[in-house]
Amino acid sequence: MDAPRRDIATPPPPLDTLRLRETPEGIDLGLRVAGAVPRALALALDLLIRLGLYLLLLPLLALADLGVGLALLAVFAIEWFYPVVFEVWRGATPGKRALGLRVVHEDATPVGLPASTLRNLLRTVDFLPAGYALGLVVSLADPDFRRIGDLAAATLVVHDDRPAPRRGPASTTGQRPPPEFDADTRAAILAFAERAPALAEARRIELAEVLTAPRGVRGGAAPALITAWATWLDRGAPDGRAA
Amino acid sequence: MRQQRFEHQHAADWARYRTLLEQLEQRRRRGAELAEFPGLHRRVCAHYALARTRGYTPGLIAELEQLVRRGHAQLHRPTLRLGARALQLMARDFPRALRRHAAPLWLAAALLFVPMAAMALGAYHDPGLILTLVDAEQLAELEALYDPARDHPGQVRPADSDLAMFGFYVRNNVGIGFRSFAAGVLFGIGSVVILVFNGLFIGAAAGHLSAIGHGITFWPFVSGHAPFELSAIAICGGAGLLLGKALFAPGRLPRLAALRVNARDALVLVAGAALMLVGAALIEAFWSAGAAPVAVKYAVGAAGWTLLALYIALAGRGDDAS
Repeated sequence: MDAPRRDIATPPPPLDTLRLRETPEGIDLGLRVAGAVPRALALALDLLIRLGLYLLLLPLLALADLGVGLALLAVFAIEWFYPVVFEVWRGATPGKRALGLRVVHEDATPVGLPASTLRNLLRTVDFLPAGYALGLVVSLADPDFRRIGDLAAATLVVHDDRPAPRRGPASTTGQRPPPEFDADTRAAILAFAERAPALAEARRIELAEVLTAPRGVRGGAAPALITAWATWLDRGAPDGRAA
Repeated sequence: MRQQRFEHQHAADWARYRTLLEQLEQRRRRGAELAEFPGLHRRVCAHYALARTRGYTPGLIAELEQLVRRGHAQLHRPTLRLGARALQLMARDFPRALRRHAAPLWLAAALLFVPMAAMALGAYHDPGLILTLVDAEQLAELEALYDPARDHPGQVRPADSDLAMFGFYVRNNVGIGFRSFAAGVLFGIGSVVILVFNGLFIGAAAGHLSAIGHGITFWPFVSGHAPFELSAIAICGGAGLLLGKALFAPGRLPRLAALRVNARDALVLVAGAALMLVGAALIEAFWSAGAAPVAVKYAVGAAGWTLLALYIALAGRGDDAS
């Protein structure tokens, strides 16, 4: 009764910002690369934080010689190594974290010291001639939105995972879906059952009727039928047989 | 297999995996317990792959993917041993990289020192020449800095202690080094410009100060730190040229791949040169303006050049096992 099994693990390349990276365990991890706007916002936030850090250094100047020396060293460290320290330590600068961004190697592993140093030293070039103009142009020309520093260091700026609350099918009694449904359709049924509680009633019915209308089920009964199919796919027949 | 049974069967693994992940993410390491983590990670990866091929609900697939993604990040977390790394860099990797990339580094040295020498000669014979690079006000400042009549030659603010000057030199010089490296990614042109300009400026200052009789404070002052500072700037520029070389002449690799290969070595060069510049700043702040006799200062300068040459020629030879 199985529909011919399509290889779901290797879908066609999505027209999307999702990049799949195969790990040594043979699975694909999805990376959602971040575009220029969230990155610019993160940059602005980091700029504010850096300004705050500079202000914190002001009292040092009261210490005259020693204080000036320490303040200058601290300014140097903040100028060049603020992003490196945070990226290697926590995966992202505070600004990026606030916007849910992370820096990773292209193979989805967390960014290390060499790559982070390189991408942040090359920041000076991305900044040219003013306000990251060159970096913006390069990142808009690149499908993965990489600026020059990212290209040279083989890093990506990606969106963090959004915690996806999972809801199982709500129906208590399963009902066997028509055998002619293929794998894609069954996946759609399961996806519908999970998403349905978040949809408006009318939209729920509209979506459900795509599958149920040819079988004469319309209106409020349509979503219920789909949910029952989903329950069956999830758990098997009501009497617990494996179908 | 039905999804519900699948979830039921593996729930224990997933819970255990989650616990270990949380411990790892909070850096609460317990060696013996963590030994099971890699195996568990591979198992959960297999569950994720199964969930996808069997067409289980997108929610379950997403949940498993998030789990293995977190595990992947922990399993491949880079180790950071700064002290050991810096030691290995200076004892082995840096001198080796210097010898491996002799060509761009000699070119960078030439781009720095040839304009420097030419400009020094020019400014020595034509006192007006330096005004093509700096304006009269900056020139007056420079002249006052090395005025033999002053107590603390070479210090912009005589009241400042050595430590304040150390901070200033580190920020200024390492910044120049980093910039002359980074600018190299623009097909090497940026590095060339920064090297030549710095050469011209230093040469002009040296020539001009010698011509007006301030050489007796200028040369002893710079002799101590010059070997390390000037060569480190040349090395940073050379690392930039290495990036440019990858774009101009990538060889058998695509340009991006060549850039990445060269960037790895360039980064070693820059890191080593940055440490050299910090050392030079130490000398410049705590020794160069000191009261030691001129002959001693020149001797220290000569020793610096000799040590540097020996280091570049000999350090990091031999096999890795030792």
